[in-house]
Amino acid sequence: MSGPAPRTLFDKIWDSHVVERLPDGTCILYIDRHLLHEVTSPQAFEGLRLAGRKLRRPDLTIAVADHNIPTVGLRTPADIKEEDSRIQVQTLEMNVKAFGVPYIPIMDVRQGIVHIIGPELGLSLPGTTIVCGDSHTSTHGAMGALAFGIGTSEVEHVMATQTLLQAPQKNMRIDVSGTLGLGCTAKDIVLAIIGKITTAGGNGHVIEYTGDTIRALDMAGRMTVSNMTIEGGARAGLIAPDQTTFDYIRGREYAPKADDYDKAVAHWKTLPTDPGAHFDTQVFMTTAEIAPMVTWGTTPGQVIPVTGVVPNPADEADEGKRSQLQRMLDYMALTPGQRMTDVKVDVIFIGSCTNGRIEDIRAAAQVAKGRKVAEGVQALVVPGSGQVKKQAEDEGLDRILLEAGFEWRDPCCSMCLGMNPDQLTPGQRCASTSNRNFEGRQGVGGRTHLVSPAMAAAAAVTGRFTDVRQLG
Amino acid sequence: MDKFTTLTGIAAPMPMQNIDTDKVIPARFLKTIKRTGLGVHLFDAMRYLNDGSENPDFVLNQEPYRKAEIIIAYENFGCGSSREHAPWALLDFGIRCVIAPDFADIFFNNSFKNGILPLRLPRAVCEKLIEDSKLGGNARVTVDLERQVVVRPNGEEIPFEVDPFRKHLLLNGLDDIGQTLQHGQAIDGYETGRKQSQPWLPTIAA
Repeated sequence: MSGPAPRTLFDKIWDSHVVERLPDGTCILYIDRHLLHEVTSPQAFEGLRLAGRKLRRPDLTIAVADHNIPTVGLRTPADIKEEDSRIQVQTLEMNVKAFGVPYIPIMDVRQGIVHIIGPELGLSLPGTTIVCGDSHTSTHGAMGALAFGIGTSEVEHVMATQTLLQAPQKNMRIDVSGTLGLGCTAKDIVLAIIGKITTAGGNGHVIEYTGDTIRALDMAGRMTVSNMTIEGGARAGLIAPDQTTFDYIRGREYAPKADDYDKAVAHWKTLPTDPGAHFDTQVFMTTAEIAPMVTWGTTPGQVIPVTGVVPNPADEADEGKRSQLQRMLDYMALTPGQRMTDVKVDVIFIGSCTNGRIEDIRAAAQVAKGRKVAEGVQALVVPGSGQVKKQAEDEGLDRILLEAGFEWRDPCCSMCLGMNPDQLTPGQRCASTSNRNFEGRQGVGGRTHLVSPAMAAAAAVTGRFTDVRQLG
Repeated sequence: MDKFTTLTGIAAPMPMQNIDTDKVIPARFLKTIKRTGLGVHLFDAMRYLNDGSENPDFVLNQEPYRKAEIIIAYENFGCGSSREHAPWALLDFGIRCVIAPDFADIFFNNSFKNGILPLRLPRAVCEKLIEDSKLGGNARVTVDLERQVVVRPNGEEIPFEVDPFRKHLLLNGLDDIGQTLQHGQAIDGYETGRKQSQPWLPTIAA
């Protein structure tokens, strides 16, 4: 006797959202939540308008402006100084009105980075499909949702049909076991993972993170891990929902309430991967491979423990790769063999959809408490949402950070990418809690090193990369 | 969307791995509400010097590659951000085909939606095509989507795989929203079923 074939969490969500399977295997996949922001939606709205199409389900859609919003001074759309940014935000406000899409205004306390507020407002739920014209939509996979980034043409497709045309993806499992060492965080886990699988390791796959290390993370940590899934090439990175997930969701604004919550939890409990389900690719790691990490290159996979040294291109056998590595070191102004702890920093950025949650601010404040930002270093702390900001202020974290010499800003994507006034100037070196260290990502000529919030705060107070474990 | 049938053009060699979408089009140029006009900023950081003048060392600033319609690159082209501004910028410059050993998934999808063919060919083949493309204007490459072959300047034909549905859309210049809307009844039916099976799943009040 054989029952139904065991399925992964991804298989179950996928199967329950297939509207129709086309003859060539492409599926029309139903979308439960469509998140919009100002950068990748204007051309999609325009497309609808030109084709005379309606937005099918405004009641499954929600919009917020985040990428262009300044983190200091007046923040209402009319006050955004740069014309292109102002027009983009105003265009979003006009479009949501015209198409009847729920919208969270900039001055609302619930405003923030779209991937922070989705879970925070209870919009991101286990077992659902969530898309957004933004690659870090993978963040919501931490809720046990199938969540992935799409392009603007696909945004328009979802607007018009509430579905996407998708070819099935392969299943990949990344299992992390063991107890995290002192000073190690979810950010260090995911940086170590990307270092191991490389930036293309997840291409064509949906990842499920398993193992007791992942299971022991709080929701903020899980979101940090899922967030950077795309940096390993996979569009979606899921974590099976459990009691931690259910407790997090309970009582949030858009989450099911009362009886509906109980029914939802009963369904969510059926979602985890069945024993014996097939994974096309499996990766096993232990916490012995994870230390406080820092990237040295210009892709997120180029990462070493903070105790390490800058690699030597001469060790690379392939000539093409060797010259590309050398160009990277030139861009980053690093020398082979240089100790990371000897590298000085100019700017610290704590925030982004990767590390802009209350837990991240607490971690930074814990290191900052009783210390001072090193001379000549600028240190920004940018909460991921208005609610994170309020919570931090209620806990007095803003005062700790301000006393230490950090700047306490208003929520937005800020220095994660050069679309708003917070940017590096050419040659500046930044310890950043964001997700990408690509050339010019934080501003033309800027040099980005990805780290955890605690490591960023440690670099802020010493002026160089510092093993947070040494600070005591 | 313009049809893609057969393309014969100049191929520009970009023998690099991990050409991310921030390299293709930096974030500061995403503040547009249009799809057009991005070509001038394509590969901005590599293409222009600090004073704004052209970097003579960059391939697309050299003859005959200013008129390139094909790019040959190495692994993981288009990684990073989901910005469709990347294919828009390529298209606006005049690029209709990118050939590489593999692509990041979102960029791969986005390209098809804009009439750009992202073509996966093995590394060894890409290396040959890079060598071909270094011959410049004497080395026009043909990409025949109907027959699914790339024709090298020496006449050698290299077959390639492409998803049949996407091939159909490209050959006919079809908008896939129109295709999906033909399944409107199935979508209606799905929504009705979900309302019954998961009545607890909330909608979002405006």
